[in-house]
Amino acid sequence: MIKFENITKIYELRSGQNPVVALQDVSFEVKEKEFVSIVGKSGVGKTTLFKLLLVQERPTQGKIFFMNQDVHQIRAKDLFNLRRRIGVVFQNYELFNKKTSYENIAYPMETIGANKDQIKRDVNEILQLVGLTDRAFNFPEELSEGEKQRVAIARALIHRPDVIVADEPTGNLDPANTYGIIKLLYKINEFGTTVILSTHDKGVVNNLEKRVITFEDGKIIRDEERGKFIL
Amino acid sequence: MEIFNSISKIIFQGYMGFRRQGSFNIASIFILSLVIFLFTFLFVFYGMAQSLSLNLQERIDISVYFDSDSSEKQVLEAKSELSKFAEVKSVEYVSAEEALNKFTEKYQNNSIIMSSLEEIGGNPLLASLNIQAFEAGQYASISNFLISGSFEDIIYKINYSEKKPVIERFFSLISGVNKAGIIFGIVLILVAISIAFNQIRLAIRNSRKEIKIMRLVGATNFMIRGPFFVQGVLIGIFAVLLTLLIFVPVSYFLSPRLEMALSGFEIFGHFADNFFFIFSSQIAIGVGISTFSSLIAVHKYLKI
Ligand SMILES: Nc1ncnc2c1ncn2[C@@H]1O[C@H](COP(=O)(O)OP(=O)(O)OP(=O)(O)O)[C@@H](O)[C@H]1O
Ligand SMILES: [Mg+2]
Repeated sequence: MIKFENITKIYELRSGQNPVVALQDVSFEVKEKEFVSIVGKSGVGKTTLFKLLLVQERPTQGKIFFMNQDVHQIRAKDLFNLRRRIGVVFQNYELFNKKTSYENIAYPMETIGANKDQIKRDVNEILQLVGLTDRAFNFPEELSEGEKQRVAIARALIHRPDVIVADEPTGNLDPANTYGIIKLLYKINEFGTTVILSTHDKGVVNNLEKRVITFEDGKIIRDEERGKFIL
Repeated sequence: MEIFNSISKIIFQGYMGFRRQGSFNIASIFILSLVIFLFTFLFVFYGMAQSLSLNLQERIDISVYFDSDSSEKQVLEAKSELSKFAEVKSVEYVSAEEALNKFTEKYQNNSIIMSSLEEIGGNPLLASLNIQAFEAGQYASISNFLISGSFEDIIYKINYSEKKPVIERFFSLISGVNKAGIIFGIVLILVAISIAFNQIRLAIRNSRKEIKIMRLVGATNFMIRGPFFVQGVLIGIFAVLLTLLIFVPVSYFLSPRLEMALSGFEIFGHFADNFFFIFSSQIAIGVGISTFSSLIAVHKYLKI
Protein backbone atom coordinates (compact mmCIF):
# COMPACT_ATOMS: atom_id res chain seq x y z
CA MET A 1 0.00 0.00 0.00
CA ILE A 2 2.79 2.40 0.97
CA LYS A 3 6.28 1.92 -0.30
CA PHE A 4 9.43 3.90 0.46
CA GLU A 5 12.10 3.18 -2.13
CA ASN A 6 15.71 4.17 -1.38
CA ILE A 7 14.68 7.42 0.23
CA THR A 8 17.38 9.92 1.11
CA LYS A 9 16.49 13.32 2.52
CA ILE A 10 19.10 16.00 3.02
CA TYR A 11 18.00 19.34 4.43
CA GLU A 12 20.07 22.08 2.82
CA LEU A 13 20.59 24.81 5.35
CA ARG A 14 21.52 28.44 4.91
CA SER A 15 25.00 28.92 3.53
CA GLY A 16 27.83 28.35 5.98
CA GLN A 17 26.05 25.52 7.79
CA ASN A 18 26.42 21.85 7.05
CA PRO A 19 23.46 20.16 5.41
CA VAL A 20 21.52 17.73 7.64
CA VAL A 21 21.12 14.17 6.45
CA ALA A 22 17.73 13.23 7.91
CA LEU A 23 17.17 9.94 6.08
CA GLN A 24 19.66 7.76 4.27
CA ASP A 25 18.65 5.18 1.68
CA VAL A 26 15.52 4.08 3.54
CA SER A 27 13.36 1.36 1.99
CA PHE A 28 10.33 -0.38 3.45
CA GLU A 29 6.78 -1.31 2.60
CA VAL A 30 3.60 -1.13 4.61
CA LYS A 31 0.82 -3.50 3.57
CA GLU A 32 -2.88 -2.82 3.76
CA LYS A 33 -4.35 -3.29 7.26
CA GLU A 34 -0.93 -3.40 8.88
CA PHE A 35 -0.12 -1.70 12.19
CA VAL A 36 3.46 -0.42 12.15
CA SER A 37 5.32 1.40 14.91
CA ILE A 38 8.30 3.54 14.02
CA VAL A 39 10.74 4.08 16.86
CA GLY A 40 14.03 5.86 17.19
CA LYS A 41 15.73 8.62 19.12
CA SER A 42 14.77 12.22 18.73
CA GLY A 43 16.04 13.68 15.47
CA VAL A 44 16.34 10.32 13.77
CA GLY A 45 13.98 11.30 10.93
CA LYS A 46 10.54 9.98 11.90
CA THR A 47 8.66 13.19 11.23
CA THR A 48 10.63 13.68 8.03
CA LEU A 49 9.40 10.29 6.86
CA PHE A 50 5.77 11.36 7.28
CA LYS A 51 6.37 14.74 5.69
CA LEU A 52 7.77 13.02 2.62
CA LEU A 53 4.74 10.71 2.43
CA LEU A 54 2.37 13.69 2.57
CA VAL A 55 4.44 15.69 0.08
CA GLN A 56 5.17 18.42 2.61
CA GLU A 57 8.82 17.87 1.73
CA ARG A 58 10.55 16.54 -1.38
CA PRO A 59 12.99 13.62 -1.13
CA THR A 60 16.57 14.28 -2.19
CA GLN A 61 16.58 10.84 -3.73
CA GLY A 62 14.25 7.88 -4.07
CA LYS A 63 10.53 7.42 -4.58
CA ILE A 64 7.45 6.98 -2.41
CA PHE A 65 4.42 5.09 -3.65
CA PHE A 66 0.90 5.20 -2.29
CA MET A 67 -1.32 2.58 -3.95
CA ASN A 68 1.32 2.23 -6.67
CA GLN A 69 1.29 5.95 -7.41
CA ASP A 70 4.48 7.95 -7.10
CA VAL A 71 3.24 10.64 -4.72
CA HIS A 72 5.86 13.16 -5.79
CA GLN A 73 4.54 13.09 -9.33
CA ILE A 74 1.14 14.39 -8.20
CA ARG A 75 0.46 18.00 -9.17
CA ALA A 76 -0.04 20.46 -6.28
CA LYS A 77 -3.69 21.04 -7.11
CA ASP A 78 -4.44 17.31 -7.04
CA LEU A 79 -2.69 16.53 -3.76
CA PHE A 80 -5.98 16.74 -1.86
CA ASN A 81 -6.88 13.28 -3.18
CA LEU A 82 -3.83 11.73 -1.51
CA ARG A 83 -4.22 13.75 1.68
CA ARG A 84 -7.88 12.83 2.11
CA ARG A 85 -6.96 9.17 2.15
CA ILE A 86 -4.32 9.60 4.86
CA GLY A 87 -5.48 10.84 8.24
CA VAL A 88 -2.57 12.51 9.99
CA VAL A 89 -1.95 13.29 13.63
CA PHE A 90 0.80 15.87 13.35
CA GLN A 91 3.43 16.01 16.05
CA ASN A 92 2.73 19.74 16.43
CA TYR A 93 -1.03 19.13 15.94
CA GLU A 94 -1.45 21.67 13.11
CA LEU A 95 -4.84 22.74 14.43
CA PHE A 96 -6.75 25.70 13.00
CA ASN A 97 -6.21 28.41 15.59
CA LYS A 98 -9.33 30.29 14.59
CA LYS A 99 -11.60 27.27 14.72
CA THR A 100 -13.10 25.58 17.75
CA SER A 101 -12.40 21.93 18.57
CA TYR A 102 -15.70 21.05 16.96
CA GLU A 103 -14.89 22.97 13.77
CA ASN A 104 -11.37 21.58 13.62
CA ILE A 105 -12.69 18.05 13.75
CA ALA A 106 -15.53 18.76 11.32
CA TYR A 107 -13.28 20.31 8.68
CA PRO A 108 -12.11 17.11 6.91
CA MET A 109 -15.74 16.00 6.65
CA GLU A 110 -16.69 19.34 5.15
CA THR A 111 -13.97 18.96 2.54
CA ILE A 112 -15.50 15.70 1.38
CA GLY A 113 -18.96 17.26 1.22
CA ALA A 114 -20.64 15.46 4.09
CA ASN A 115 -23.97 16.91 5.11
CA LYS A 116 -24.57 18.84 8.29
CA ASP A 117 -26.48 16.17 10.20
CA GLN A 118 -23.91 13.53 9.41
CA ILE A 119 -21.10 15.87 10.51
CA LYS A 120 -22.89 16.69 13.73
CA ARG A 121 -23.49 13.05 14.57
CA ASP A 122 -19.94 11.89 13.79
CA VAL A 123 -18.17 14.82 15.44
CA ASN A 124 -20.16 14.47 18.64
CA GLU A 125 -19.50 10.77 18.69
CA ILE A 126 -15.76 11.14 18.29
CA LEU A 127 -15.63 14.02 20.79
CA GLN A 128 -17.07 11.62 23.29
CA LEU A 129 -14.63 8.92 22.26
CA VAL A 130 -11.61 11.14 22.97
CA GLY A 131 -13.27 12.64 26.06
CA LEU A 132 -13.61 16.23 24.84
CA THR A 133 -17.37 16.76 24.74
CA ASP A 134 -17.13 19.66 27.17
CA ARG A 135 -14.31 21.28 25.18
CA ALA A 136 -16.14 21.23 21.86
CA PHE A 137 -16.47 25.01 21.56
CA ASN A 138 -13.08 26.05 22.87
CA PHE A 139 -10.33 27.33 20.61
CA PRO A 140 -6.94 25.57 20.56
CA GLU A 141 -5.28 28.29 22.63
CA GLU A 142 -7.77 27.53 25.38
CA LEU A 143 -6.85 23.84 25.46
CA SER A 144 -4.11 21.94 27.29
CA GLU A 145 -1.44 20.15 25.24
CA GLY A 146 -3.10 16.81 25.84
CA GLU A 147 -6.49 18.18 24.80
CA LYS A 148 -5.06 19.64 21.62
CA GLN A 149 -3.45 16.31 20.88
CA ARG A 150 -6.80 14.58 21.25
CA VAL A 151 -8.47 17.11 18.95
CA ALA A 152 -5.74 16.35 16.41
CA ILE A 153 -6.38 12.62 16.76
CA ALA A 154 -10.13 13.07 16.37
CA ARG A 155 -9.60 15.17 13.25
CA ALA A 156 -7.37 12.51 11.71
CA LEU A 157 -9.94 9.78 12.26
CA ILE A 158 -13.22 11.55 11.56
CA HIS A 159 -13.52 10.94 7.82
CA ARG A 160 -12.44 7.28 8.04
CA PRO A 161 -9.30 7.49 5.91
CA ASP A 162 -7.59 4.40 4.51
CA VAL A 163 -4.44 5.10 6.49
CA ILE A 164 -3.79 6.74 9.82
CA VAL A 165 -0.37 8.30 10.30
CA ALA A 166 0.19 9.29 13.91
CA ASP A 167 3.38 11.14 14.80
CA GLU A 168 3.85 10.84 18.57
CA PRO A 169 0.11 10.93 19.22
CA THR A 170 0.48 10.20 22.92
CA GLY A 171 3.49 12.38 23.67
CA ASN A 172 1.50 14.71 25.89
CA LEU A 173 -1.02 12.31 27.34
CA ASP A 174 -1.24 10.75 30.79
CA PRO A 175 -1.17 6.94 31.03
CA ALA A 176 -4.94 6.62 31.12
CA ASN A 177 -5.44 8.76 28.01
CA THR A 178 -2.50 7.07 26.29
CA TYR A 179 -4.06 3.71 26.89
CA GLY A 180 -7.41 4.97 25.57
CA ILE A 181 -5.92 6.40 22.38
CA ILE A 182 -3.77 3.36 21.61
CA LYS A 183 -6.74 1.11 22.20
CA LEU A 184 -8.72 3.28 19.78
CA LEU A 185 -6.02 3.00 17.10
CA TYR A 186 -5.82 -0.73 17.70
CA LYS A 187 -9.57 -1.07 17.20
CA ILE A 188 -9.59 1.05 14.09
CA ASN A 189 -6.82 -1.14 12.74
CA GLU A 190 -8.85 -4.26 13.48
CA PHE A 191 -11.67 -2.79 11.38
CA GLY A 192 -9.23 -2.60 8.48
CA THR A 193 -7.50 0.77 8.60
CA THR A 194 -3.74 0.81 8.11
CA VAL A 195 -1.95 2.49 11.02
CA ILE A 196 1.56 3.93 11.10
CA LEU A 197 2.59 5.21 14.50
CA SER A 198 5.75 6.91 15.64
CA THR A 199 6.40 6.85 19.36
CA HIS A 200 8.90 7.14 22.18
CA ASP A 201 6.71 5.15 24.52
CA LYS A 202 8.26 1.81 25.35
CA GLY A 203 5.16 0.50 27.09
CA VAL A 204 2.94 1.28 24.13
CA VAL A 205 5.16 -0.54 21.64
CA ASN A 206 5.79 -3.58 23.80
CA ASN A 207 2.13 -4.10 24.64
CA LEU A 208 0.98 -3.80 21.03
CA GLU A 209 2.94 -6.80 19.81
CA LYS A 210 2.89 -5.47 16.25
CA ARG A 211 5.53 -4.73 13.64
CA VAL A 212 8.27 -2.33 14.82
CA ILE A 213 10.74 -0.48 12.57
CA THR A 214 13.66 0.98 14.48
CA PHE A 215 15.67 3.90 13.09
CA GLU A 216 19.13 5.10 13.96
CA ASP A 217 20.99 7.98 12.29
CA GLY A 218 18.47 8.18 9.46
CA LYS A 219 18.71 4.46 8.67
CA ILE A 220 16.60 1.41 9.48
CA ILE A 221 18.47 -0.85 11.87
CA ARG A 222 15.68 -3.29 12.73
CA ASP A 223 12.36 -4.25 11.18
CA GLU A 224 10.56 -6.99 13.05
CA GLU A 225 7.07 -8.46 13.21
CA ARG A 226 5.87 -8.46 16.86
CA GLY A 227 8.87 -6.29 17.61
CA LYS A 228 10.07 -4.79 20.88
CA PHE A 229 11.20 -1.30 21.77
CA ILE A 230 14.99 -1.56 21.96
CA LEU A 231 17.15 1.55 21.72
CA MET B 1 -27.53 19.42 -3.92
CA GLU B 2 -23.92 18.42 -3.32
CA ILE B 3 -22.58 21.61 -4.84
CA PHE B 4 -25.19 23.72 -3.05
CA ASN B 5 -24.16 22.06 0.19
CA SER B 6 -20.49 22.87 -0.26
CA ILE B 7 -21.18 26.43 -1.46
CA SER B 8 -23.28 27.18 1.59
CA LYS B 9 -20.46 25.77 3.72
CA ILE B 10 -17.93 27.98 1.94
CA ILE B 11 -20.11 31.04 2.50
CA PHE B 12 -20.48 30.19 6.16
CA GLN B 13 -16.74 29.58 6.57
CA GLY B 14 -16.05 32.87 4.83
CA TYR B 15 -18.40 34.65 7.19
CA MET B 16 -16.82 33.02 10.25
CA GLY B 17 -13.35 33.78 8.93
CA PHE B 18 -14.38 37.39 8.41
CA ARG B 19 -15.66 37.67 11.97
CA ARG B 20 -12.53 36.14 13.44
CA GLN B 21 -9.98 38.15 11.43
CA GLY B 22 -10.73 41.10 13.71
CA SER B 23 -8.47 44.10 13.41
CA PHE B 24 -7.04 43.02 10.06
CA ASN B 25 -10.48 43.35 8.51
CA ILE B 26 -11.11 46.70 10.13
CA ALA B 27 -7.89 48.01 8.62
CA SER B 28 -8.73 46.56 5.21
CA ILE B 29 -12.21 48.06 5.31
CA PHE B 30 -10.92 51.50 6.25
CA ILE B 31 -8.27 51.58 3.56
CA LEU B 32 -10.64 50.26 0.95
CA SER B 33 -13.27 52.80 1.85
CA LEU B 34 -10.63 55.47 1.37
CA VAL B 35 -10.29 54.27 -2.23
CA ILE B 36 -14.04 54.29 -2.70
CA PHE B 37 -14.34 57.68 -1.07
CA LEU B 38 -11.71 59.12 -3.40
CA PHE B 39 -13.52 57.68 -6.38
CA THR B 40 -16.83 59.13 -5.23
CA PHE B 41 -15.26 62.49 -4.56
CA LEU B 42 -13.62 62.49 -7.97
CA PHE B 43 -16.92 61.68 -9.62
CA VAL B 44 -18.66 64.55 -7.85
CA PHE B 45 -15.72 66.87 -8.52
CA TYR B 46 -15.89 66.07 -12.22
CA GLY B 47 -19.63 66.77 -12.25
CA MET B 48 -19.01 70.01 -10.42
CA ALA B 49 -16.32 71.13 -12.84
CA GLN B 50 -18.58 70.28 -15.78
CA SER B 51 -21.43 72.25 -14.32
CA LEU B 52 -19.26 75.23 -13.45
CA SER B 53 -17.74 75.38 -16.87
CA LEU B 54 -21.15 75.07 -18.57
CA ASN B 55 -22.54 77.69 -16.32
CA LEU B 56 -19.77 80.15 -16.99
CA GLN B 57 -19.71 79.41 -20.67
CA GLU B 58 -23.33 80.39 -20.87
CA ARG B 59 -22.38 83.83 -19.68
CA ILE B 60 -19.81 84.26 -22.40
CA ASP B 61 -20.73 85.43 -25.85
CA ILE B 62 -19.28 87.60 -28.54
CA SER B 63 -21.01 90.42 -30.25
CA VAL B 64 -20.54 91.45 -33.85
CA TYR B 65 -21.47 95.05 -34.63
CA PHE B 66 -22.36 95.95 -38.19
CA ASP B 67 -21.69 99.22 -39.99
CA SER B 68 -24.56 101.68 -39.76
CA ASP B 69 -24.96 101.60 -43.56
CA SER B 70 -25.43 97.84 -43.69
CA SER B 71 -28.96 96.64 -44.41
CA GLU B 72 -30.97 94.40 -42.14
CA LYS B 73 -31.06 91.85 -44.96
CA GLN B 74 -27.27 91.60 -44.98
CA VAL B 75 -27.15 91.15 -41.24
CA LEU B 76 -29.79 88.45 -41.31
CA GLU B 77 -27.85 86.72 -44.06
CA ALA B 78 -24.81 86.73 -41.83
CA LYS B 79 -26.98 85.33 -39.06
CA SER B 80 -28.19 82.43 -41.16
CA GLU B 81 -24.64 81.70 -42.33
CA LEU B 82 -23.49 81.60 -38.73
CA SER B 83 -26.34 79.31 -37.69
CA LYS B 84 -25.01 76.68 -40.07
CA PHE B 85 -21.81 76.54 -38.07
CA ALA B 86 -21.61 73.38 -35.97
CA GLU B 87 -19.85 75.25 -33.19
CA VAL B 88 -22.51 77.91 -32.89
CA LYS B 89 -25.09 77.29 -30.24
CA SER B 90 -27.23 80.36 -30.80
CA VAL B 91 -27.23 83.64 -32.70
CA GLU B 92 -29.39 86.48 -31.58
CA TYR B 93 -30.10 89.46 -33.81
CA VAL B 94 -30.37 92.82 -32.11
CA SER B 95 -31.41 95.62 -34.47
CA ALA B 96 -30.24 99.18 -33.92
CA GLU B 97 -33.75 100.17 -32.76
CA GLU B 98 -33.89 97.33 -30.25
CA ALA B 99 -30.48 98.28 -28.99
CA LEU B 100 -31.63 101.84 -28.53
CA ASN B 101 -34.80 100.76 -26.74
CA LYS B 102 -32.82 98.62 -24.36
CA PHE B 103 -30.37 101.42 -23.84
CA THR B 104 -32.95 104.04 -23.03
CA GLU B 105 -34.81 101.65 -20.81
CA LYS B 106 -31.66 100.98 -18.90
CA TYR B 107 -30.62 104.59 -18.53
CA GLN B 108 -33.97 106.40 -18.39
CA ASN B 109 -33.27 107.62 -14.90
CA ASN B 110 -29.82 108.85 -15.75
CA SER B 111 -30.37 112.41 -16.93
CA ILE B 112 -26.78 113.03 -18.10
CA ILE B 113 -26.77 110.05 -20.41
CA MET B 114 -30.26 110.72 -21.64
CA SER B 115 -29.51 114.34 -22.40
CA SER B 116 -26.29 113.56 -24.27
CA LEU B 117 -28.21 110.96 -26.28
CA GLU B 118 -30.68 113.65 -27.27
CA GLU B 119 -27.83 115.97 -28.18
CA ILE B 120 -26.40 113.44 -30.63
CA GLY B 121 -29.79 112.99 -32.25
CA GLY B 122 -30.90 109.91 -34.19
CA ASN B 123 -29.68 106.44 -33.23
CA PRO B 124 -25.99 106.18 -32.51
CA LEU B 125 -26.22 102.45 -31.77
CA LEU B 126 -25.42 99.69 -34.24
CA ALA B 127 -27.18 96.49 -35.18
CA SER B 128 -25.44 93.44 -33.79
CA LEU B 129 -25.42 89.67 -33.57
CA ASN B 130 -24.83 88.03 -30.20
CA ILE B 131 -23.20 84.68 -30.74
CA GLN B 132 -22.87 81.83 -28.25
CA ALA B 133 -20.67 78.86 -28.91
CA PHE B 134 -20.94 75.48 -27.24
CA GLU B 135 -17.48 75.72 -25.75
CA ALA B 136 -15.22 78.57 -24.82
CA GLY B 137 -12.50 77.25 -27.11
CA GLN B 138 -14.70 77.67 -30.19
CA TYR B 139 -14.92 81.44 -30.18
CA ALA B 140 -11.61 81.88 -31.89
CA SER B 141 -12.67 79.98 -34.99
CA ILE B 142 -16.05 81.73 -35.13
CA SER B 143 -14.33 85.06 -34.99
CA ASN B 144 -11.90 83.98 -37.69
CA PHE B 145 -14.75 82.98 -39.93
CA LEU B 146 -16.33 86.40 -39.61
CA ILE B 147 -13.16 88.31 -40.31
CA SER B 148 -12.07 86.28 -43.29
CA GLY B 149 -15.54 85.67 -44.76
CA SER B 150 -17.63 87.76 -47.13
CA PHE B 151 -19.08 89.79 -44.29
CA GLU B 152 -15.84 91.52 -43.52
CA ASP B 153 -16.91 94.67 -45.36
CA ILE B 154 -20.02 95.29 -43.31
CA ILE B 155 -18.57 94.37 -39.93
CA TYR B 156 -17.84 97.39 -37.84
CA LYS B 157 -16.18 95.52 -34.98
CA ILE B 158 -16.12 92.21 -33.18
CA ASN B 159 -15.78 92.56 -29.49
CA TYR B 160 -14.18 89.14 -29.32
CA SER B 161 -10.79 90.72 -29.33
CA GLU B 162 -11.73 92.66 -26.23
CA LYS B 163 -13.02 89.60 -24.45
CA LYS B 164 -10.43 87.32 -25.96
CA PRO B 165 -7.94 87.32 -23.08
CA VAL B 166 -10.75 86.75 -20.60
CA ILE B 167 -12.25 83.95 -22.64
CA GLU B 168 -8.95 82.26 -23.21
CA ARG B 169 -7.77 82.61 -19.66
CA PHE B 170 -11.03 81.25 -18.40
CA PHE B 171 -10.95 78.41 -20.89
CA SER B 172 -7.45 77.33 -20.00
CA LEU B 173 -8.15 77.73 -16.28
CA ILE B 174 -11.19 75.49 -16.39
CA SER B 175 -9.59 72.77 -18.41
CA GLY B 176 -6.40 73.04 -16.38
CA VAL B 177 -8.13 72.73 -13.04
CA ASN B 178 -10.25 69.95 -14.40
CA LYS B 179 -7.31 68.01 -15.76
CA ALA B 180 -5.10 68.58 -12.74
CA GLY B 181 -7.88 67.57 -10.39
CA ILE B 182 -8.60 64.42 -12.28
CA ILE B 183 -4.97 63.42 -12.69
CA PHE B 184 -4.32 64.14 -9.02
CA GLY B 185 -7.41 62.14 -8.10
CA ILE B 186 -6.40 59.20 -10.23
CA VAL B 187 -2.89 59.19 -8.78
CA LEU B 188 -4.37 59.27 -5.29
CA ILE B 189 -6.71 56.43 -6.16
CA LEU B 190 -3.84 54.36 -7.54
CA VAL B 191 -1.80 54.96 -4.40
CA ALA B 192 -4.76 54.02 -2.24
CA ILE B 193 -5.42 50.90 -4.31
CA SER B 194 -1.87 49.72 -3.83
CA ILE B 195 -2.12 50.32 -0.09
CA ALA B 196 -5.40 48.42 0.05
CA PHE B 197 -3.90 45.63 -2.01
CA ASN B 198 -0.96 45.36 0.40
CA GLN B 199 -3.16 45.48 3.47
CA ILE B 200 -5.30 42.61 2.21
CA ARG B 201 -2.20 40.64 1.29
CA LEU B 202 -0.94 41.13 4.83
CA ALA B 203 -4.25 39.93 6.24
CA ILE B 204 -4.04 36.79 4.11
CA ARG B 205 -0.41 36.30 5.05
CA ASN B 206 -1.70 36.16 8.59
CA SER B 207 -3.76 33.16 7.50
CA ARG B 208 -1.00 31.32 5.67
CA LYS B 209 -0.71 28.68 8.37
CA GLU B 210 -4.42 28.06 8.15
CA ILE B 211 -4.17 27.68 4.38
CA LYS B 212 -1.32 25.20 4.81
CA ILE B 213 -3.39 23.11 7.23
CA MET B 214 -6.41 23.22 4.93
CA ARG B 215 -4.27 21.74 2.20
CA LEU B 216 -2.75 19.14 4.53
CA VAL B 217 -6.13 17.79 5.58
CA GLY B 218 -7.34 17.47 2.01
CA ALA B 219 -9.19 20.64 1.02
CA THR B 220 -9.29 21.40 -2.69
CA ASN B 221 -8.00 24.78 -3.82
CA PHE B 222 -11.59 25.76 -4.60
CA MET B 223 -12.59 25.13 -0.99
CA ILE B 224 -9.63 27.18 0.24
CA ARG B 225 -10.18 30.11 -2.09
CA GLY B 226 -13.94 30.12 -1.52
CA PRO B 227 -14.03 31.42 2.06
CA PHE B 228 -11.38 34.05 1.28
CA PHE B 229 -13.40 35.16 -1.71
CA VAL B 230 -16.48 35.48 0.49
CA GLN B 231 -14.43 37.43 3.01
CA GLY B 232 -13.27 39.71 0.22
CA VAL B 233 -16.85 40.34 -0.84
CA LEU B 234 -17.85 41.16 2.73
CA ILE B 235 -14.90 43.52 3.16
CA GLY B 236 -15.81 45.26 -0.09
CA ILE B 237 -19.46 45.67 0.91
CA PHE B 238 -18.59 46.97 4.36
CA ALA B 239 -16.15 49.43 2.81
CA VAL B 240 -18.91 50.76 0.54
CA LEU B 241 -21.31 51.06 3.47
CA LEU B 242 -18.70 52.90 5.50
CA THR B 243 -18.05 55.29 2.63
CA LEU B 244 -21.76 56.02 2.21
CA LEU B 245 -22.16 56.44 5.93
CA ILE B 246 -19.65 59.28 5.77
CA PHE B 247 -20.34 60.70 2.35
CA VAL B 248 -24.14 60.94 2.44
CA PRO B 249 -24.51 63.02 5.61
CA VAL B 250 -21.48 65.18 4.85
CA SER B 251 -22.62 65.99 1.33
CA TYR B 252 -26.20 66.49 2.51
CA PHE B 253 -24.93 68.97 5.07
CA LEU B 254 -22.51 70.81 2.79
CA SER B 255 -24.63 70.84 -0.34
CA PRO B 256 -26.92 73.82 0.49
CA ARG B 257 -24.02 75.70 2.06
CA LEU B 258 -21.82 75.43 -1.00
CA GLU B 259 -24.52 75.87 -3.60
CA MET B 260 -23.95 79.62 -3.91
CA ALA B 261 -20.19 79.30 -4.19
CA LEU B 262 -20.57 76.60 -6.83
CA SER B 263 -23.01 78.77 -8.81
CA GLY B 264 -25.96 76.52 -8.32
CA PHE B 265 -24.30 73.11 -8.36
CA GLU B 266 -25.81 70.83 -5.72
CA ILE B 267 -23.38 68.21 -4.52
CA PHE B 268 -26.00 66.08 -2.88
CA GLY B 269 -28.44 66.41 -5.77
CA HIS B 270 -25.78 65.36 -8.25
CA PHE B 271 -24.90 62.43 -6.00
CA ALA B 272 -28.53 61.40 -5.67
CA ASP B 273 -29.20 61.74 -9.40
CA ASN B 274 -26.30 59.44 -10.19
CA PHE B 275 -26.75 57.19 -7.20
CA PHE B 276 -27.26 54.02 -9.18
CA PHE B 277 -24.10 54.53 -11.21
CA ILE B 278 -22.08 55.62 -8.17
CA PHE B 279 -23.30 52.78 -5.99
CA SER B 280 -22.65 50.09 -8.57
CA SER B 281 -19.20 51.49 -9.30
CA GLN B 282 -18.44 51.60 -5.59
CA ILE B 283 -19.47 47.98 -5.20
CA ALA B 284 -17.47 47.02 -8.26
CA ILE B 285 -14.39 48.85 -6.98
CA GLY B 286 -14.68 47.69 -3.35
CA VAL B 287 -15.53 44.08 -4.01
CA GLY B 288 -13.27 43.94 -7.07
CA ILE B 289 -10.14 45.16 -5.30
CA SER B 290 -10.64 43.08 -2.18
CA THR B 291 -11.52 39.81 -3.88
CA PHE B 292 -8.84 40.25 -6.52
CA SER B 293 -6.10 40.95 -3.98
CA SER B 294 -7.35 38.15 -1.71
CA LEU B 295 -7.19 35.61 -4.51
CA ILE B 296 -3.75 36.77 -5.64
CA ALA B 297 -2.47 36.51 -2.07
CA VAL B 298 -4.03 33.10 -1.44
CA HIS B 299 -2.60 31.77 -4.67
CA LYS B 300 0.90 32.16 -3.29
CA TYR B 301 0.14 29.69 -0.50
CA LEU B 302 -1.51 27.03 -2.62
CA LYS B 303 1.70 25.61 -3.98
CA ILE B 304 2.86 23.53 -1.02
N1 LIG C 1 13.03 21.89 7.88
C1 LIG C 1 14.20 21.42 8.33
N2 LIG C 1 15.34 22.03 7.99
C2 LIG C 1 16.50 21.57 8.39
N3 LIG C 1 16.67 20.48 9.15
C3 LIG C 1 15.57 19.82 9.52
C4 LIG C 1 14.28 20.24 9.13
N4 LIG C 1 13.38 19.39 9.63
C5 LIG C 1 14.07 18.47 10.32
N5 LIG C 1 15.39 18.71 10.25
C6 LIG C 1 16.45 17.90 10.82
O1 LIG C 1 16.30 16.58 10.32
C7 LIG C 1 16.53 15.65 11.35
C8 LIG C 1 15.32 14.74 11.48
O2 LIG C 1 14.24 15.48 11.97
P1 LIG C 1 12.84 14.84 12.31
O3 LIG C 1 11.93 15.92 12.70
O4 LIG C 1 12.42 13.98 11.17
O5 LIG C 1 13.18 13.95 13.57
P2 LIG C 1 12.21 13.07 14.48
O6 LIG C 1 12.69 11.69 14.38
O7 LIG C 1 10.82 13.32 14.12
O8 LIG C 1 12.52 13.65 15.92
P3 LIG C 1 11.53 13.75 17.19
O9 LIG C 1 11.43 12.37 17.76
O10 LIG C 1 12.24 14.68 18.10
O11 LIG C 1 10.24 14.27 16.68
C9 LIG C 1 16.82 16.45 12.60
O12 LIG C 1 18.22 16.47 12.78
C10 LIG C 1 16.31 17.82 12.30
O13 LIG C 1 17.10 18.80 12.94
MG1 LIG D 1 9.26 14.10 15.04
